[in-house]
Amino acid sequence: MSKVLMKGNEAIGEAAIRAGCLNYFAYPITPQSEVAEYLARRMPEVGGVFLQGESEVAVGYMIFGASACGARVMTTSSSPGVSLMSEAISYIASGQCPAVFVNIMRGGPGLGGILPSQGDYFQATKGGGHGDYRLLVFAPASVQEAVDMVMMAFPLAEKYRNPVMIMGDGLIGQMMEPVVFPDHLKTQQLNTNSWATSGMDTRNSGTRNLVKTLYLDPVQLNAHNLLLKAKYDRMNLEEIRFEPYNIESDYQVLIVSYGTMSRVCRTAIDNLKANGVEIGMIRPQTLFPFPLMAIREAASKESCKTVISIEMSMGQMVEDVERSVQGRKPVEWYGKCGGEVPTPEEIMEVVQSYITSQRKEQN
Amino acid sequence: MGKTFHKPEALSTQQTHYCPGCTHGVIHRLVAEVIDELGIRGRTVGIAPVGCAVLAYNYFTCDFQEAAHGRAPAMATGIKRVRPDLMVFTYQGDGDLASIGMGEIIHAANRGEKFTTIFVNNAVYGMTGGQMAPTTMPNQRTTTSPFGRDVADVGMPIKVAELLAALQTPAYITRQTVIRPKYIVKAKKAIRKAFEYQMAGKCFSLVEVVSTCPTNWGMTPMEAITWAENTLLPYYPLGDVKTPEPVSGGTDAK
Amino acid sequence: MQSEVMFAGFGGQGILLSAKILAHAAMEQGFEVVWIPSYGPEMRGGTAYCMVVISDRPIGSPIIRNPMHLVAMNRPSLDKFAPMVKPGGIILINKSLITVGCGRTDVDEFIVPVNDIAMGLGSIRSANIVALSAFVARSKMVDNDILRECVKEEFSSKAKLIPLNMKAVDEGQKAAKISSP
Repeated sequence: MSKVLMKGNEAIGEAAIRAGCLNYFAYPITPQSEVAEYLARRMPEVGGVFLQGESEVAVGYMIFGASACGARVMTTSSSPGVSLMSEAISYIASGQCPAVFVNIMRGGPGLGGILPSQGDYFQATKGGGHGDYRLLVFAPASVQEAVDMVMMAFPLAEKYRNPVMIMGDGLIGQMMEPVVFPDHLKTQQLNTNSWATSGMDTRNSGTRNLVKTLYLDPVQLNAHNLLLKAKYDRMNLEEIRFEPYNIESDYQVLIVSYGTMSRVCRTAIDNLKANGVEIGMIRPQTLFPFPLMAIREAASKESCKTVISIEMSMGQMVEDVERSVQGRKPVEWYGKCGGEVPTPEEIMEVVQSYITSQRKEQN
Repeated sequence: MGKTFHKPEALSTQQTHYCPGCTHGVIHRLVAEVIDELGIRGRTVGIAPVGCAVLAYNYFTCDFQEAAHGRAPAMATGIKRVRPDLMVFTYQGDGDLASIGMGEIIHAANRGEKFTTIFVNNAVYGMTGGQMAPTTMPNQRTTTSPFGRDVADVGMPIKVAELLAALQTPAYITRQTVIRPKYIVKAKKAIRKAFEYQMAGKCFSLVEVVSTCPTNWGMTPMEAITWAENTLLPYYPLGDVKTPEPVSGGTDAK
Repeated sequence: MQSEVMFAGFGGQGILLSAKILAHAAMEQGFEVVWIPSYGPEMRGGTAYCMVVISDRPIGSPIIRNPMHLVAMNRPSLDKFAPMVKPGGIILINKSLITVGCGRTDVDEFIVPVNDIAMGLGSIRSANIVALSAFVARSKMVDNDILRECVKEEFSSKAKLIPLNMKAVDEGQKAAKISSP
């Protein structure tokens, strides 16, 4: 298919359909409502299901009910809405059902604002809902990557029988970029016979299926948690994705940044390189699992004196960066939130200031 | 002579955890009998609530999902929208449906989702140990209304069937009870009708079943039946509150 | 080479659309593009602005502090954004609604009576296309024929608007010739 110019939100909707997801439930919230608006028109064209639920709480459970009977299903929301869905996400993870959640992040906490932010890092990677569960979390940095990640998300959700989250910020949802859609996904949903409550008639086994999350017996609940943990451990082995940038140079500073913020950093790195200053970057494409070893290795390079986590939040990912670097190099944080997106010029100043202070220390 | 009494196929052999004098077992059986009679076990998905019936999935032999507190109607919506051919029922208590899940049931009913809700109203929170429910009667003592429900403070008990019947979307809404054999026969008919409406793709259906909770009411099973008959039934009148066809005179509750 | 154009005006002046058509045309011409709207309450009749970034390389930051060019459709937009334009850029001023200049000597001040031209065509609603076409003719950022095709494509679902907007493209080009520096 040829290139089309498309808004991120609409491209995410189209990508879901291309991925074979014909079931979508959502509740309107800025800045992601265009996904719902797009799919309200598009789903009937492809014989799919579109339903606007009465709240994000209800939508979360519509997703659970639908995915628990084996349907490929997605919802999209933005930060406060994802908070409301977090209860259901915890249940879906425990019930081991595949589903795709998209969070087009806006500023928080509380009602916050509607402009781009990355303040939901903790929510997505450390829980959000209750209990020991993890999501596979993708962080696109362009409309094309958002499309690619949505297409990837469904088979992975089914592989792990676990919710997958796409974390875009408001800019990813609102901006238009050229995008090429791959052909329709060839893969069918994996065989759901062993677990989906799709009606006993759909199976030859004659056994009934049960999707539940209650384990009153502590031994059983511990075993259930170990089973879930094994999946998250496997994600850590098989699903880490990241993009290194200018990492072959003798960089003095290593930036770790994702999503829109990483694009701003890329411009800053290019500008500094033109001035003879080398900066490297690791851009996590998955936030869970986190590219821990890649960052550790990049930070260990002799030329690297400082590692900076640059995020549109008050310092969330930096905790994982610290966990990665393990004290080998100083780890700093820089960021803004609420819709203030640091400019390349600001990033250049910040990086320069660390380089200057390194020189002072050396002297 | 043939066998005249047997366990429905849709009911498992597992012994229930319900207290003596509780009517959940009777209601389970009625639902299971209807599933058997309609021959739909292989395409039925039940949804268990949070409440005394949280383990309902152990007692039925069809596919089952277990919901979070109050969210069963949203899950049922999800299932019916993606698999309209499945027969779906939610089984919910008064705390689950009329308190924390009020939003979900109203909107599912108003959208006319084609599933069936069995709503068990025993005027108290059972599983958590006898706290006040939205359906608790005026002056009824519970662990969180130790001096009796003060309606000036927390309002009157909610009549769920009438509340949902006020919605303009066609639906089958009825209130039944199973506290005496004569009522059980009618309740079974109503449950069957609710499933039939669903089967025909006609409308949302809800059967409210006025029930007993001797344990949390602090009564013997017999006392509980008498109290339900004298106190609950006058406030929660039995009969069809709404049918998808225009209601004929006299069945419309006040 | 990267260039940025900011379109700014009242909500309802078709700012987002003219920016989108420019981005589309640039994409068709083989450039990398990003279209970034202002979104939120300003959509409802307040000031709307939209940035188009065009580059021959993958675009890094979509956040632009100083755009290369500005298309100012109303006075508040000119006041707010003119000081941010890079030296050497074009500032298109909609003379029909803006009675002052941009007050800068280091830019190409390009004055076009956009609304008057559009009303001359019979519809004020074509003002955004007049401005877009004039800007493109002046900046030569994209090929005129490609622009024309993209305008057509944009209105393909409302075919009866195509002749009007084709005239708007023509008039925009003429305006650029008349006031060429």
